[in-house]
Amino acid sequence: MLRYTVRRVLMMVPLLFLVSLGVFALVLMIPGDPAITIAGENATEAQIDATRERLGLNDPVLVQYAAWAGNALTGDLGSSLFSNESVTGAIAGRFPVTLALTLAAMLIALLIAVPAGVVAALRRGRWQDRGATLFASVGISLPNFWVGILLIMAFALAFPIFPAVGYTPISEGVGAWARGLVLPGITLGTAVAAEITRQLRGSLTDTLQQDFIRTARANGLSGRAVVLKHGMKNAAVPVVTVIGFQVGFLLGGSVIVERVFGLPGLGDLAIRAVLQRDIPMIQGIVVVAALIVMLVNLVVDLSYGWLNPKVRQA
Amino acid sequence: MTEPLLVVEGLEVEFATDRGWVQVLDGVSFTVDRGETVGLVGESGSGKTVTSLTVLGLLPPESARITAGSIRLDGRELVGLPRRKMEALRGDELSMIFQEPMTSLDPAFRVGDQIAEVVRRHRGGSKRAAWARAVEVLSTVGIPHAERRARSYPHEFSGGMRQRVMIAMALSCEPKLVIADEPTTALDVTIQAQVLDLLRAMRDEFGTAVVFVTHDLGVVADICDRAVVMYAGQVVERAGVDALYEHPRHPYTEALLSAMPQLTARSGRLATIPGSTPPAGAMPAGCRFHPRCGHVVDACRDTAVAEHPLAEGGTSRCLRVSELALKGSA
Amino acid sequence: MTATALDRREALAPPEPSARARFVRRFRRQKLALAALVYLVLVVLAAALAPLLATHDPLAQNLGSVLQQPGGGHILGTDDLGRDVFSRALYAGRVSLVAAAQAVGVAVVLGVIPGLIAGYAGRKVDAVIMRLTDALMSFPPLILAIAFVGVLGPSLTNAMFVIGVIFAPRFVRLVRGTVLSIREETFVEASRSIGTPTPRVILRHVLPNALSPLIVQISLTAAMAMLAEASLSFLGLGVQPPDASWGSMIERGFRYTATAPWLTVFPGLLIALTVLAFNILGDGLRDSLGREIRRGS
Repeated sequence: MLRYTVRRVLMMVPLLFLVSLGVFALVLMIPGDPAITIAGENATEAQIDATRERLGLNDPVLVQYAAWAGNALTGDLGSSLFSNESVTGAIAGRFPVTLALTLAAMLIALLIAVPAGVVAALRRGRWQDRGATLFASVGISLPNFWVGILLIMAFALAFPIFPAVGYTPISEGVGAWARGLVLPGITLGTAVAAEITRQLRGSLTDTLQQDFIRTARANGLSGRAVVLKHGMKNAAVPVVTVIGFQVGFLLGGSVIVERVFGLPGLGDLAIRAVLQRDIPMIQGIVVVAALIVMLVNLVVDLSYGWLNPKVRQA
Repeated sequence: MTEPLLVVEGLEVEFATDRGWVQVLDGVSFTVDRGETVGLVGESGSGKTVTSLTVLGLLPPESARITAGSIRLDGRELVGLPRRKMEALRGDELSMIFQEPMTSLDPAFRVGDQIAEVVRRHRGGSKRAAWARAVEVLSTVGIPHAERRARSYPHEFSGGMRQRVMIAMALSCEPKLVIADEPTTALDVTIQAQVLDLLRAMRDEFGTAVVFVTHDLGVVADICDRAVVMYAGQVVERAGVDALYEHPRHPYTEALLSAMPQLTARSGRLATIPGSTPPAGAMPAGCRFHPRCGHVVDACRDTAVAEHPLAEGGTSRCLRVSELALKGSA
Repeated sequence: MTATALDRREALAPPEPSARARFVRRFRRQKLALAALVYLVLVVLAAALAPLLATHDPLAQNLGSVLQQPGGGHILGTDDLGRDVFSRALYAGRVSLVAAAQAVGVAVVLGVIPGLIAGYAGRKVDAVIMRLTDALMSFPPLILAIAFVGVLGPSLTNAMFVIGVIFAPRFVRLVRGTVLSIREETFVEASRSIGTPTPRVILRHVLPNALSPLIVQISLTAAMAMLAEASLSFLGLGVQPPDASWGSMIERGFRYTATAPWLTVFPGLLIALTVLAFNILGDGLRDSLGREIRRGS
């Protein structure tokens, strides 16, 4: 298991390198002179030169990359072109909101998907199964900002149960914090729930037809023990994979959901940065997002080792 | 006189098809005594596996149903037993060993845990005690270093060793009856012999009765006391193994015997039975074997045949049982 | 072995009922897929014939009748500038559909060619291409799209090109997998051994075999591209005013959620139905083409 872990972690190194290259290349992709873009349309020649100097744009590309990547490795992602705030600091400040939102969404998704997927697999072909399948198809087809707006119409305007916008920090009360996350969590979690339902249904159906399930039943294990213990553990690998994939989706979706519900998270920061063309900030956010996705993939891969003992030896 | 351990009487089972319910078992009856080994023999489609799954109550309830008959284990009626009670019996008083040792163990759990789970299900007790019992049965079935091997996962065992694990699991609660469904078919010949030896030893050690489901009459000769021959969902002959081999009383048994590879006489060509088992729902009228039978007469084609009890014990479902002198395998 | 395998199948999974259930399920699915196809054709026709179907000029403002409820002179009401929502939705449909088609086109071109190369070229080239797709796939799609658009400047063409790039790895993997499996097939071996040039082998054997899964993937990707376009336009990073897509209509209507819900409900419903139709069509195709796909892979 240790060797597997070490190998898997080492595999991340080239990927990290490629990701850093890609993020760095964002600057190179700015059409025309990046210094002009960054300094602003109305900047004077002197201001543009100063910008070019400050950003090291006069250096060879490789030197620029080395400087940027070296700083990034120490956790220094540069500073905002507009507020001079450190990018790392801005991201760290916004991160708890996005983390809370994505966790809420994942929790809601699992609360929906696990029962729905299990029931669909056990009642294959009956109305419960058809209902779950329909939910899975519709759930991944709804634009999440639209779901959010509909939820606001229903549960914040027509029946004011939850707040329509805004974020209450957890320090101001767990209840208010959680209440504020319900509608954004459902909005962001619906598609994830649909995706997990679909995968769990298929995977569990396959597993329940395996010979070892029949062995367990032939030895008197009850239906529930068979499904929950043997069925779920064996069905889990593809499901966990899908859950891992969803984290990338959640990070992207949080941009939209934060916009709809006025939450001051990373997504909100990203939109601001994009509208202001705050390049270091954009780069920082992309790096952090990619890093999160890679770390989640790492955790997912390591969980295979626990779920499927064969993997450990590989 | 007490009843035999297992009594199956007039068992009829139907499967759901798009043409409605179709009968797959027709009046299957046989008995198994305590400590006895009975071979349940037939080609694919004969109903032998359906019979064993029915006895264990493992048929899928939504697509299979028992329409008549009785299954009694130790005097207790199993047909119609509530699901929970049946679950409590399975693995405790009767259990089953399956054909595919490679896929019949859960790959995600250590074999010791899988056996201990069964022990705790039926015996209760602490996890530690159940684990100790698992190690004990693993060592009984001849797994070397059982203490250490109990912590291994199924993929770390060879096929023969996995079949030993399966046997250990089935025997962990010392059931009165074990149904072994082709337990050696998927194994190498040498491993087959070892597993058969093990089953024989287990029967002697625990006094477990064994129903040995197989298409291989050679294995039956090797291990069984009596044989129940099935064809197309019916029992066609029941006899002691010696009598069956010397004087088969049904043409189908004769055909099976002649199709058996003779280890002693390698020269002869392997005989095969012409034709194939009729599918459920499309049984020929009269004797179900008549289209493939070498001794067929007109009466066979339209008269359904009942089981005839024989003077020497056993039964035969052949109209001409009294007039035919069938060839055994000497 | 087969003897008892048959026996067991008969015993545990009686083939007739499940076959029937499968047939019923397939048939129902197929009807649904057919309905999805009909819907998509209608939407495309409506978008193409927008000038004929529109009841008003989609850009004509009428500050005298802003935020009118649906009904009366405006089937779906008017927006905050008094523009007819129904007519705008027709023209916005054009924008949304064309944008999705652009993204899918980019994804197919950027996916199929590297996929063919990865499948055919040696291990090193294959490894490089696959690592690149891995890297691309480790970015959250929408974040990457937002970043690119942020750098290139907001425009629908930029947005859709980026979306296409992001979805390309799916096609790379699909085509590469098909090539790898097809290469092993005897008829391709034979064809190669008599010296058929590689491009011909690709045309003759690989592309036909990859076609079914490609069509399925195109339909599913169209659904995702549509959602991505709507999301970017909702964020103001896609289509720019005065043009509108369904997503940007919602963005504009969002400010009037409390007073004019129809501004967000109708375009959202159009997006949801169209995406659902692409998804159902893709699933239906996959189910009915199932056997060919399995044979191909």
